[in-house]
Amino acid sequence: MDRVRLATVWFGGCSGCHMSFLDLDEFLIELATKADLVYSPVVDTKEYPENVDVCLIEGAICNQDNLDLLHKVRVRTKVLVAFGDCAVTANVPAIRNQLGAGNKESVLQCAYIENARHNQSLPKGDGIVPLLLPRVMPVHEVVKVEYFLPGCPPPADRIKALIGPMLSGAAPKLEGAQLKFG
Amino acid sequence: MMSKRIVIEPVTRIEGHAKISIFMDNEGNVSDAEFHVVEFRGFEKFCEGRPYSEMPGITQRICGICPVSHTLASAKAGDAIMAVNIPPAADKLRRLMNLGQIVQSHALSFFLLSAPDFLLGWETPPAQRNVFGLIASNTGLARAGIRLRQFGQEIIEVLGGKKIHPAWAVPGGVRNPLDAEGQARIRARLPESFATIKLAFDLFEKTMETHEREIMIFGNFPSLFMGLVAPDGSWEHHDGNLRFIDSSGSIIADQMDPRKYCEFLGESVQGSSYLKSPYYTPLGFPDGMYRVGPLARLNVCERMGAPKADEELRHFKSLGRGAVTSSFLYHYARLIEILAALEFIERSLEDPDLLSEDLRADAGINSLRGVGVSEAPRGTLFHDYTVDRNGLLQKVNLIVATGQNNLAMNQTVAQIARHYVRGKTIPEAMLNRVEHGIRCYDPCLSCSTHALGQMPLHVRLLGPDGAVLHEASRG
Repeated sequence: MDRVRLATVWFGGCSGCHMSFLDLDEFLIELATKADLVYSPVVDTKEYPENVDVCLIEGAICNQDNLDLLHKVRVRTKVLVAFGDCAVTANVPAIRNQLGAGNKESVLQCAYIENARHNQSLPKGDGIVPLLLPRVMPVHEVVKVEYFLPGCPPPADRIKALIGPMLSGAAPKLEGAQLKFG
Repeated sequence: MMSKRIVIEPVTRIEGHAKISIFMDNEGNVSDAEFHVVEFRGFEKFCEGRPYSEMPGITQRICGICPVSHTLASAKAGDAIMAVNIPPAADKLRRLMNLGQIVQSHALSFFLLSAPDFLLGWETPPAQRNVFGLIASNTGLARAGIRLRQFGQEIIEVLGGKKIHPAWAVPGGVRNPLDAEGQARIRARLPESFATIKLAFDLFEKTMETHEREIMIFGNFPSLFMGLVAPDGSWEHHDGNLRFIDSSGSIIADQMDPRKYCEFLGESVQGSSYLKSPYYTPLGFPDGMYRVGPLARLNVCERMGAPKADEELRHFKSLGRGAVTSSFLYHYARLIEILAALEFIERSLEDPDLLSEDLRADAGINSLRGVGVSEAPRGTLFHDYTVDRNGLLQKVNLIVATGQNNLAMNQTVAQIARHYVRGKTIPEAMLNRVEHGIRCYDPCLSCSTHALGQMPLHVRLLGPDGAVLHEASRG
């Protein structure tokens, strides 16, 4: 059995799903014997690599940078997992969608004009700060997703139930309480 | 204008959600630097119209690393809106959960994110300089660090039912008591946790001997420091009042009511970042730059109030003339706070109040504004809510810990770059160091978003016409 090429990415979310991944605790040491984490916030890789077997995607798609990377991830990965409620439903970041048309302008206005005292202005400049999308989206609205792993965040045992079988080449099967939101 | 700009960015722009620009003058010297945060979700606006009682649940989704800080600050703002004093047991349990969070968050920063730099060395290939590299080279230490973080997470789980985003703290108190079983579970893990922190002190002691240059140039400059202190000036993490000191160690403002932060803190917008820069308004912008978090809390307090940690605090304070001004020593301050947290956790387990079931005060809307303040692992956190008569939010302002270190992070990057950048090329050595300079602050960018772990770097040196003069990357 070849070593599994595993990746994790983090879009618009709180990183709680990644923290829950770290809550695998000592299973991480076992994981290191069977898989290479080829791209993740917790390791250092410059570019999302080719030929990734499995990628866990945390977060909703909120801005242009998120969107661009997601397309690249899809092309270069065999199995995508919508990892946690923000990826599955867009969850908390999507509350801004309820503000309707012009929501991105009004959230920026509130933070950088109304709640600022010095240099009240909207952040922009030289393509450094990515533009917010008009509407926050779950991952599967943009690309095809193979597995959905709900939870806010999915607890570590649920993550293990998903990636454990994959390490030995089996298809994971989530059911019952493993499919709970929140 | 012949100035140049170097942009350092995680190539993917995602895992760090941050970029760095370094500005050069005509002579090829570094004139300034700017740390850009590129993620924004808009909590302050989209929470308007929602009931204040939902906020402890919603705002902890700002950050999965310090959700407890947000849920506690939010619950405290709710206490103020109800105008209640919460039951003593609820207050003690909230404090216990906050201590658990300090342990887990600081252990993550030290063992899983920063130790690979000290232990594996600056010149180690970045592909190995991470927690998995540490697992491969020193499984024992990696396991000890993982288990110390796990201990902190378990305290949160024992109290709140979940390690991350516990639905537990509420306006008026908390929802569930600690039971005898949970108390025993926490007690059983204490000896191992004390042993691990001792290991970390030994390790960092050696690191300080071999990293004199880093201590000199990694964010070593005068600034103000701010943190909560108890009425007697000792270390505080959840209540108390604010104290400001300057770099000579002199107190410039003391026992300031944190609920009146608007009277002495302002926020400035930095045009090319989603992270705002708070400042101390009596000194204006940018002279009112202050640092928060472990280094600041240890600088402002007179004692920890826990014997083992106080011994370490005396050593810490001997490292500065006045305040300890090197941001490299945030790491040391983090370890001292873990030790103090362990001592306070141990002490609190002896308190019979902790098993009380009187945990929640109830009341209607008695104040149309409530401010909740707590010390998050990375610094002081403010939640400020204005509600209508029905408790629906009219206005929300959040000042998060990492933002308050924004100006200091900019200055740290400039200081490190000044040391390593000469002329028109970017030395590889600088990339590793700049990255670590930022990591000293353990910036929790989820609280506006978060840069976790190693930032893959891509640096561009740009001429005045935007042409790329030199490019360097690693990863």
